[in-house]
Amino acid sequence: MSENRSVKIKVRGLSKVFGDQPKKALKLRDEGLKRPEILDKTGQTLGLSNIDFDVHEGELLVIMGLSGSGKSTLIRCLNRLIEPTEGEIIIDGEDIPQLSDKALLECRRRHFSMVFQNFALFPHRTVQQNAEFGLEIRGIDADTRAKTARDALTQVGLNGWEDAYPNQLSGGMQQRVGLARALANDSTVLLMDEAFSALDPLIRKDMQQELLELQHRMKKTTVFITHDLDEALNIGDRIVLLKDGEVVQIGTPEEILTKPADDYVERFIEGVDMSRVLTAESAMRPVRATAREDDGPRTALRKMKENAMDSIYVTSRDRKLKGLVEADAANSAIQSGQDRLDSVMTQDFRTVGPDEPLHNLFALFNEKSFPIAVIDDERRLLGVVVKGAVLDELAQAGDH
Amino acid sequence: MAIEIPRIPLGDWIETGLSWLTTEYSAVTRGISRITQTGIDGLNDALMWLPDWALLLIIAGLCWKMASPRLAIGAVLGLGLIWNLDLWDPMIETLTLVVIATLVAVVIALPVGIAAALSDRLYRLIMPVLDFMQTMPAFVYLIPAIPFFGIGSVSAIFATVIFSMPPAIRFTTLGIRQVPVELIEAADAYGATRGQKLVKVQLPLSLPTVMAGINQTIMLALSMVVIAAMIGADGLGSEVWRAIQRLRPGDGFEAGIAVVILAMLLDRLTQSLRKERKQ
Repeated sequence: MSENRSVKIKVRGLSKVFGDQPKKALKLRDEGLKRPEILDKTGQTLGLSNIDFDVHEGELLVIMGLSGSGKSTLIRCLNRLIEPTEGEIIIDGEDIPQLSDKALLECRRRHFSMVFQNFALFPHRTVQQNAEFGLEIRGIDADTRAKTARDALTQVGLNGWEDAYPNQLSGGMQQRVGLARALANDSTVLLMDEAFSALDPLIRKDMQQELLELQHRMKKTTVFITHDLDEALNIGDRIVLLKDGEVVQIGTPEEILTKPADDYVERFIEGVDMSRVLTAESAMRPVRATAREDDGPRTALRKMKENAMDSIYVTSRDRKLKGLVEADAANSAIQSGQDRLDSVMTQDFRTVGPDEPLHNLFALFNEKSFPIAVIDDERRLLGVVVKGAVLDELAQAGDH
Repeated sequence: MAIEIPRIPLGDWIETGLSWLTTEYSAVTRGISRITQTGIDGLNDALMWLPDWALLLIIAGLCWKMASPRLAIGAVLGLGLIWNLDLWDPMIETLTLVVIATLVAVVIALPVGIAAALSDRLYRLIMPVLDFMQTMPAFVYLIPAIPFFGIGSVSAIFATVIFSMPPAIRFTTLGIRQVPVELIEAADAYGATRGQKLVKVQLPLSLPTVMAGINQTIMLALSMVVIAAMIGADGLGSEVWRAIQRLRPGDGFEAGIAVVILAMLLDRLTQSLRKERKQ
């Protein structure tokens, strides 16, 4: 799906050398030397080397790597908080490294809002004033920015806290302010630098969930940095894996888990890749609603709407699985006056037994991503597995 | 065998330089002199015009509002003692000199301090100069002040400004440099210009430190204004000076205690200003 989307940021051949002789370091790099040798020979640190990737419009791209992998440098090169040594960063036709100082300010104001690991809230400003900061910098009038900032604070669930100061808030709430400051700015790209890493695990999970919901609502192009594979798998549409300043693999969470590009990635996901011992049953969720064989299309559609589902499984009286109906199909059945479900029922979905190893499930999600039906020997519907649940289960297993 | 090393005529050079400055820039120094004198007279007259009790109540009120009722009571008792000892007018003269000298010092120090915070080169240039200004014995500034501005209060202000300015510069620079880098980065990330960063982030966050510097400047100014009695500055210092010349320790201590009271009031008041800002 994401391949069809237009490219928002195109990064090509991006390198960064820390030191005063970048040319020398890059020359050695071109001769095939690696970071430690270059450091030995020249005293220059090769922070990033020849990075290529695209950020698609509306996607949540995670850049993930351990400390020293260059991920923080990379995100700061995007808005030039760190000057790249060479390479292109094209956003809406502009090459960011080539921009004049003035054009750079304009570019930062229009395109980038950043959320920081340690929140970086202004302690002398109230929550409201913090949220207004970006708009204030852009010279937006006071009424508009007050309203926009209040809306953003509401989005992150902080209404009522406008007049508090950051030091009166918990860590999780502070980062919500950081997020509101970014959202209020309404830039085209959201940069999140280890935004949840300083939060405790429970709050972090909540924030990830909320970010996903926000992302779903607003379709904001987001670049998210993390060192945490669970987090990357949980929220990323795609993941860029960095090691020693180089890209090791780019892919969807499934691709990273199922087709690791090399030993490094494999070792990396070892902790997570419990899919061989976990089964469909462990990732299975109870079915929120099923349609009965003798239900009409209207009933089926109402059940889907009530439960915010796009499709619904149809079962017989003794819970045996008969088929699946999509909302669209139910709709057209209603319009053409049909009152039986079986005419619009499809068999184009996958079923597995409860003992099916989890890693086999990835391949079964087809384009429409219907939930996979888990059935017993007698075709009774036990539950469903949705795509996100597989990753969640794997990620959680990786923790232990 | 001893080789005759000629003495370096450092003092001669300085004197030549100073007398050149005095003659070349006499128009400038006379101008400064006139303006400063007008300022001193104006403020002095204004403070003297108020009845003693009214000024006392105003100061006590300020203490109450900005600091604590305790300080207000202290102010009434302390100032009452000064009034009782017949030192009210010299106290006002000293206060005037301190206020004017501090104002001038701060007006110069803030931009210099900000500039030194933002430019490493300027920082390296200014810091040794500040060391020089602070370690040079304070009396020495009195001597060139006389050819520049003549005997009297203006010379006192000149020497006081030079002596008391360094902490205000230092603390301003320190305050701005202490602003956490993450906050600077955040301001940069949102596209703030240098001016916006300064006004919206760096200055407000450095304010408590800047206030601490101004507090130091006021304290140094007070001590210098007293010493400046030696070149004819009015005020409590001249009371002490007279007591020394006449060998009357009682008078000297009375004036000295008045200086202490004034110092404590000024110190507590400016400190409370700083704490208020912090919250």
